Amino acid sequence: MGVILMKGNEAIGESAIIAGCRHYFGYPITPQNELPAYMAARLPKVGGTFLQAESEVAAINMVYGAAAAGARVMTSSSSPGVSLKMEGISYLAGAELPAVVVNMMRGGPGLGNIAGAQGDYFQAVKGGGHGDYHSIVLAPSTVQELADLTGKAFDLADEYRMVVILLGDGFTGQMSEPITLPKPSGRSFDKSSWSLSGAKGRDPHIIASMRLNPDNALEMLNLKLQAKYRQIEKSETLWESVSVDDAEYLLVGFGLSARICKSAVSVLRKAGVKAGLFRPITLWPFPAGQLAAVSAGKKKVLVVEMNAGQMVQDVRLSVGGAPVDFLGTLGGATPQVDAIVERITGHAG
Amino acid sequence: MSRSTVTGGDAMYVGIFFAGFGGQGIILAGRMVCLAAMGEGKHVSHIPSYGAEMRGGTANCSVVVSDEEIGSPLVPRPDVCVVMNTPSLLKFQPIVKPGGLLIWNESLIHSAPERTDIEILAVRANDIAEAAGSYRSANMVMLGALIKRRPSVASMNAVLAVLNEAVSARHRELNQVNRKALAGGYEAA
Repeated sequence: MGVILMKGNEAIGESAIIAGCRHYFGYPITPQNELPAYMAARLPKVGGTFLQAESEVAAINMVYGAAAAGARVMTSSSSPGVSLKMEGISYLAGAELPAVVVNMMRGGPGLGNIAGAQGDYFQAVKGGGHGDYHSIVLAPSTVQELADLTGKAFDLADEYRMVVILLGDGFTGQMSEPITLPKPSGRSFDKSSWSLSGAKGRDPHIIASMRLNPDNALEMLNLKLQAKYRQIEKSETLWESVSVDDAEYLLVGFGLSARICKSAVSVLRKAGVKAGLFRPITLWPFPAGQLAAVSAGKKKVLVVEMNAGQMVQDVRLSVGGAPVDFLGTLGGATPQVDAIVERITGHAG
Repeated sequence: MSRSTVTGGDAMYVGIFFAGFGGQGIILAGRMVCLAAMGEGKHVSHIPSYGAEMRGGTANCSVVVSDEEIGSPLVPRPDVCVVMNTPSLLKFQPIVKPGGLLIWNESLIHSAPERTDIEILAVRANDIAEAAGSYRSANMVMLGALIKRRPSVASMNAVLAVLNEAVSARHRELNQVNRKALAGGYEAA
């Protein structure tokens, strides 16, 4: 199959199936409904299970069950719906279960609106649910990347036995672009040592997120989780840099806002202003070391987000000397290229 | 892990905005531009936007066609704006880029656009579609007019070639009419 025009939400669905996902549980919410609709149509044809749950809470607990049984499983929602899943995500983290959770963010807080937004960075990256846990957070910015990172998300989830969040926004989910569907990664993961596959002829496996015995059981789990997280921080950061080497000004954005920044870099370069872009693809683990290196010696770092300033906190922790400025848009509004250019040059582009 | 450079050259870039009410085929017209331009090797993006209503609301979509990889897929200042009903003209006339093109549906909009710094094209889309066989093909009339005035977006041959792929099976019997409507819009422009 060659290049096809595909909508972001549908590209995730097909890529999940290519990656071997055969179980999807979810509850509808705009702007990600094309994904469950796609799974409802496709999964039965490949021997899978699509189930529309009675709520987001039910869906994430169905994910817990399927993951415990060793299945590749996915759920998706948008901001208010993902809030409802947070308890379940914490339980998945505590039970060390692999799952992929898609959040096509919309404007908030509350029920908000149905426009794309990036207000859930803190929720996805800094916990969201209770307890000391992380999810790996991937932030695609094109439909091709949505497709490619979906397969990657399943592999990372299985490799580290944890939740991977695909953090997109309503615009990216609704957007159509030409893509080439990914090939299966070919990686396989042996889950036989822990999955609940029937205990006939062996000792039972126990999957639990409550640990009372011995007294230090929960402490030991947490130490193990933290060691795992340190390893992931070392080996799994992903990022993209554009025209950074000779740049005097560095734009930093993720997802859709990074694409708007890329257009701004183009406009600025045309005007003779040396600008570049650093785009974290993994939001956790955050590519702090790479950003520190890239930003060294720049006149200014400008972070652009569709929120009131969330990733900018991680940027400030990463950047050494350069001053960090922030440009944000709220409630589903999108940053304008002209506004970014003006913030860098001090006058309209 | 991925490094590239942006030069800021003078690549072909056309930002197009289609607007009308739900059911006029706004989203489809945008999708056809994408498929046709893709067929000619161009980069494209398409973002739909519609009201929360199940029917009868507003519908619009932003389309970018370019020689280069597309940065922002958003079109806040379109080079070309196609409006198919009065509320869309009132709302989106001001956002057309100076020197840009505004194509308006004279069959349904009864007061002409007022801007003097843009190219304005009136098309009797519903009447031309009706003559072709169905008012439902008014979107195709507008699309025909668009590619006549902005041939760098896509050729008529490329648009005709994607008609069967773009139009869903239950509406495909209309494609004979759609072909005539595309030609009608092309001639009217």
